[in-house]
Amino acid sequence: MNLTQLTAVEIGKKIKTKEIGVVEATEAYISRIEKLDKDYNCFVTVDKEGALKQAEEVQKLIDAGKLTSPLAGVPVAIKDNMCIDGMLTTCSSKILNNFVPTYTATAVEKLQSAGAVIIGKTNMDEFAMGSTTETSYYGETKNPWDVTRVPGGSSGGSAAAVAAEEVPYALGSDTGGSIRQPASFCGVTGIKPTYGRVSRYGLIAYGSSLDQIGPLAKDVTDCAAILEEISSHDKKDSTSAERSDNDFTSALKDDVKGMKIGIPRDYFLKGIDSEVKDKVLAAAKTLEEKGAIVEEFDLNMVEYAIPAYYIIASAEASSNLERFDGVKYGYRTETFTDLHNMYKKTRSEGFGAEVKRRIMLGSFVLSSGYYDAYYVKALKAKALIKQEFDKAFEKYDVILGPVAPTTALKLGESLSDPIKMYLGDIYTVSVNLAGIPGISLPCGYDKNGLPVGLQLLGQTFDEKKIIRAAYAFECTKSYRRPDALTERGL
Amino acid sequence: MSKVYETVIGLEVHVELATKTKIFCGCSTEFGGAPNTHTCPVCTGMPGSLPVLNKAVVEKAVAVGLATNCNITRNCKFDRKNYFYPDNPQNYQISQLYYPICRDGYVEIEVEGKKKKVRIHEIHMEEDAGKLVHEERSDSSLVDFNRSGVPLIEIVSEPDMRSAEEVIAYLDKLRLIIQYLGASDCKLNEGSMRADVNLSVREVGSEEFGTRTETKNLNSFKAIARAIENERERQIDLLESGEKVVQETRRWDDNKEYSYPMRSKEDAQDYRYFPDPDLVPVIISEEWIEKIKNSQPELRDEKIIRYKEEYDIPEYDIMIITASKKMADIFEEAISLGAAPKKVSNWLMGETMRLMKETDTEADNLKFSAENLAKLIKLIEDKAINGTVAKEVFEKVFAEDINPEKYVDDNGLRTVNDEGALRETIQKIIDANPKSVEDIRNGKQKAIGFLVGQTMKEMKGKADPSEVNRIIKEILG
Repeated sequence: MNLTQLTAVEIGKKIKTKEIGVVEATEAYISRIEKLDKDYNCFVTVDKEGALKQAEEVQKLIDAGKLTSPLAGVPVAIKDNMCIDGMLTTCSSKILNNFVPTYTATAVEKLQSAGAVIIGKTNMDEFAMGSTTETSYYGETKNPWDVTRVPGGSSGGSAAAVAAEEVPYALGSDTGGSIRQPASFCGVTGIKPTYGRVSRYGLIAYGSSLDQIGPLAKDVTDCAAILEEISSHDKKDSTSAERSDNDFTSALKDDVKGMKIGIPRDYFLKGIDSEVKDKVLAAAKTLEEKGAIVEEFDLNMVEYAIPAYYIIASAEASSNLERFDGVKYGYRTETFTDLHNMYKKTRSEGFGAEVKRRIMLGSFVLSSGYYDAYYVKALKAKALIKQEFDKAFEKYDVILGPVAPTTALKLGESLSDPIKMYLGDIYTVSVNLAGIPGISLPCGYDKNGLPVGLQLLGQTFDEKKIIRAAYAFECTKSYRRPDALTERGL
Repeated sequence: MSKVYETVIGLEVHVELATKTKIFCGCSTEFGGAPNTHTCPVCTGMPGSLPVLNKAVVEKAVAVGLATNCNITRNCKFDRKNYFYPDNPQNYQISQLYYPICRDGYVEIEVEGKKKKVRIHEIHMEEDAGKLVHEERSDSSLVDFNRSGVPLIEIVSEPDMRSAEEVIAYLDKLRLIIQYLGASDCKLNEGSMRADVNLSVREVGSEEFGTRTETKNLNSFKAIARAIENERERQIDLLESGEKVVQETRRWDDNKEYSYPMRSKEDAQDYRYFPDPDLVPVIISEEWIEKIKNSQPELRDEKIIRYKEEYDIPEYDIMIITASKKMADIFEEAISLGAAPKKVSNWLMGETMRLMKETDTEADNLKFSAENLAKLIKLIEDKAINGTVAKEVFEKVFAEDINPEKYVDDNGLRTVNDEGALRETIQKIIDANPKSVEDIRNGKQKAIGFLVGQTMKEMKGKADPSEVNRIIKEILG
């Protein structure tokens, strides 16, 4: 078996037993990126030189017994909205086309100190706004299952890179589904942790009260190991939580006997593709057969999730993105008449259409006279959605449902109708509003051979429960590579 | 008959808090420093950076709130005030709108013997902006972010003041409270205290407020008084000529003694305030408030009462000395070093005040140490120097904070206490001035003064004049 077909934890083991070297692993992935990425465009930046240098250093530390993490020596790609000292960080936007931070995101720093080798930065929807990775200034990423289709988004580059085996795992960020939905479209596994589980320091903010960094990898085991590594209480992030239950790999048990699983009836009523519905319900059946207690229930407030999400996320984004003004860093327009004109031209030229749309929407809902009617009301809806989940988690350990109403869409299909694109977030955004954890993993394939995603949700800080349920389900089947790779002999 | 108008004034006072580090990062708040050396990703608004609240800022804000009789908001929050300007690195300022840390307080002021309460609407915490430096040569502006993120509190009063005198009394009261708390040095000329004046006029007896203006850029108490008079006149003139006062922000030019409009209400910005999602609510517990209360230093009013009890000095002196924290500190420290309160008070009220006037120095900016004042007083008490020499030495202490003992020795100013030597000199003077001796013997006592003066001159001032006087009288029988 080819080295690049292994999971992150498998590679880590082989590095530990000296079956493979860190440089060897790094080179294997870099040559694969050089070969494949022109087709998929998963990366904005590939740091070949830096990665090889890191690989040598990490190998020395492993040899000296100083690195013991299961991920020591394993290459990783980072979504391009996380700052890395000395590495171009663009958020897939023109406005940050020359931005090189002098500091590193805490989550990335955690991986670095565990001995991860950073290979590069992955493509995304501009400032994480979008569900297709088509809003990137640096070109769309294509789905390795079918290059005429989107990989999902906004962490599309990270998900596609894992699916194409250009990297064993990647970090993404999830504000309204941006890890889970591309994981689903690309047939890989991703976790959106509880808000506060992973430090946001160094993550370029989209919707600060909703953003979380999380892993994308081939399986649940990898995701648990990665999450264990990146979770931390960070003095640099006031919203990060102090927890003593970050040992997620301890939850990798093939045992769901007696676990109570709830299925929201509303999730399957309308707008959902029948094949997606069948595969997700079949997954529920599988878990039931393994001893879980599965029942349907009514989850209220579902219809308010999308409007509440787009109001809150856009409001925060409109403020978060004010700092991109051409004064201090990033793109500045070439000619201007005065300060105001410089701001206007820089931002008009530097931001893409979807970003501008959300800045306008966000500015509107915060403006005087509309603040109470929109923003305050959305916050109330957010609180009520959380209450609904709290009620459900009094009865159930885990909530099971789809990740997205469909499998991967055709390129260009969504951009013409943003509302339609927004509606595709129906199953994911409420999770961010409630701040709870969610995992997305493949549960089957449609008639076009595209992966279908299964989503499992847990109560705040109950990551272990969803990891256990996901692991138990995963044990019933084996990882399936994109058929296109196999067909092309890649 | 012309109408009689009343001025209605409310103040917004910004005070820079004297914390070691900035409000949301660990950078130094020190004034000066090469541009952009006290900066980090947080206070320069770099993408991905996050603010973390400095607890010392909360403690100082609570202390000011308690000392101004405010209610402390137990669950206060920060909001973002959005506006674009290059000195504002994030293009939003982290401030407090919805849940400010203190509310509904007051301070008592006294003007011409009349006491009055000025109510405080709220006190909120916020971050300061950076500074723009315009470079003429290249016709460009540069930004220095050293000040960006320095903690501020804004104290918003109710429109309770009616005259410039009341405004000055209110500001003085705030300044003293805050200085005594050690929360800020409150220097208007250095910008660590800034006051914006909201002013309107109305006919005496009217219940309704007139249209108000806000005047900014007031850098001294004098400028504030002048700006108030000027704005009052301007508004009355407008009303008298049948025009309307426009609600606007005006900038005061103290050199021209004139204000001009900066922006009117029409182009007022919509700041789109909303709760900052990067910061968690600040929960202020009863225990925390108690702790802050207990660590609160003695305030002026308490000091005045204690001085009256402990020291036998006139009330007038007490009022002057405590009118500046700096002077009160010098006073108490000199006493603790062994100087008699009465003597210290005399030096502060006399020579210190004289030199302050002469050199146009504010009490807050006094440079000399209590230690050197105490040493000087000791030298006089030990009769090591006489009064004239002492004044001369004090001028040096006042200006350069020199060590008076060393200075007296270095310059040979010590009083000659050797009576033999003194008698010798006096005899010489008597011999050289037979005319004066004769005058004295004829009952012209004034002539003794002349002989004392001549002796002092001969001794280069290093004698005790009363001693000289005694010896002359003794020799001349």
